[in-house]
Amino acid sequence: MTETVDLAVIGAGPAGMAAATLAAEHGLDVVVYDDNAEPGGQIYRAVETVARDRAKDFAFLGESYRAGAELTRAFRASRARYEPGTTVWLVQKDRTIGISRDGKARMVAAKRILIATGALERPVPIPGWTLPGVMSVGAAQSVLKSAALAPKQPVVLAGKGPLLFLVAAQYVAAGVKIAAILETGARKWDALPHLWQAWSKTNYIGKGLELIRAIERAGVTVVRNAVSDLKAIGRERVEAVTFSADGSPGRIETALLLLHEGVISNVQLTMAIPVKHAWNATQRCWQPVLDARGNTDVDGIAVAGDSGGIAGAEAAAHMGRIAALDALRAFGRIDGPTFAAMIVVEEVAQKRLLAARPFLDALYPPPDTAAAIADDTIVCRCEEVTAGDIRKAVDLGCTGPNQTKSFTRAGMGPCQGRMCGLTVAEIIAAKLNRPMEEIGYYRIRPPIKPLTVGELAALE
Amino acid sequence: MFRRLHDNAATVTITIDGVTTKAAVGESVAAALLASGDPRCRQTPVSGAPRAPYCLMGVCFDCLMEIDGEASRQACMVTVREGMAVKRSPRPAPMTP
Repeated sequence: MTETVDLAVIGAGPAGMAAATLAAEHGLDVVVYDDNAEPGGQIYRAVETVARDRAKDFAFLGESYRAGAELTRAFRASRARYEPGTTVWLVQKDRTIGISRDGKARMVAAKRILIATGALERPVPIPGWTLPGVMSVGAAQSVLKSAALAPKQPVVLAGKGPLLFLVAAQYVAAGVKIAAILETGARKWDALPHLWQAWSKTNYIGKGLELIRAIERAGVTVVRNAVSDLKAIGRERVEAVTFSADGSPGRIETALLLLHEGVISNVQLTMAIPVKHAWNATQRCWQPVLDARGNTDVDGIAVAGDSGGIAGAEAAAHMGRIAALDALRAFGRIDGPTFAAMIVVEEVAQKRLLAARPFLDALYPPPDTAAAIADDTIVCRCEEVTAGDIRKAVDLGCTGPNQTKSFTRAGMGPCQGRMCGLTVAEIIAAKLNRPMEEIGYYRIRPPIKPLTVGELAALE
Repeated sequence: MFRRLHDNAATVTITIDGVTTKAAVGESVAAALLASGDPRCRQTPVSGAPRAPYCLMGVCFDCLMEIDGEASRQACMVTVREGMAVKRSPRPAPMTP
């Protein structure tokens, strides 16, 4: 008989943990599937391990990260069942879930599903970004948290966004040498009109300034004048990064270049179901269309946290609880007045945190540079397809990424388009001068995570 | 490319292409690879170019390696275990008709 559950939560970051904790507290049978080994998601990755085995690392990882320990503790103490190391490779509209754990696949029937699969870093296709020694900023932070690994030689961080400065500040606090920070883009004045709202309602601005001050105090070179034309130079591995700053060329020798251009919603699962999505022109990514409580257009399937729109970890926890309350009301586990009293608390907190978004989105606008990607730059890392290959396919008549996929194999490799989907669509849009809504996105099909044929065959 | 900030962590022993390496308990195979001094994990099927882990969160699939005999595993999503045998993935031989 197929296993059944009241509420299946996918992802154990702040949204998933907060939702599961609250729903289980009110008596729902809750299971949380997480492809990581311990709860926390990316933002609170390994926070339990750090708290247990190397608490002194909080000194450089910071207070915002330490805050995840409390959320994680409450989640562990709840009656929600936690299944770590579990990949979700299928979600159907009838709320059947296909999972795989320890090499065994099985199907679960959920009465409700909350998708909380978070964000991923926006791909940064520059020449040489496939060389060993080039990684994303988030990747470097991931091993700083989970394994206390830090760059051996002076590192270069290039791009923009809060995460880049957070990691730089964490490195400075840990005594790691930074060769330079290269900040791309320049249109900062656009952010000014939103400054007061962000400043008065949240502490993000103060926190950000503190990070930047700490980086400057440490004497780190920060190149602020509109860095562009980033190139990773090297044969077998990166040896240097070249760039232009205000039109003047620059070059820095380094064995490790970290790239970051902000984060985008992880929509691989919601696209595969599929639920309805819309193009977010400000955050320049696709996002599921949600009501105020995170419900998608598919009955019983909701989304919370950054996978529904980039709002950060704190807002994600509130959104998770809002979705959990909606589920509790649907199951009749809380009465109307209790629901109303509880949801207003979460909504007020959520709204306050969202007040900072217009400022942050304007301060660090996503790059709109698809037209400037050189023809010989690889955009699809898996199949080594270049921007020029995509443009040639457009010249042959392709009008969308599913056609260029057939023509070039871009998006057909193991990452299933996660690393090239946006870039390919933006190149096509730029070349045809059409809006992204018209260009569309890859048709994502399950299984969205690798599954052996043996696992599939053994399914009951 | 990467160094360990602590040298007192509990360790397990794994092999990477037959070479014995110490890895910290609880870390991923990709983290152990980055700490080993040679971050290369595979050669691409198309051009044979070397690759190293890129995203470390299961998204990019660049860190595909053979782990305990199973090919194409995401090294960033697998936790090290005592005695684990990890192999870099060479460029697959081209298919002939």
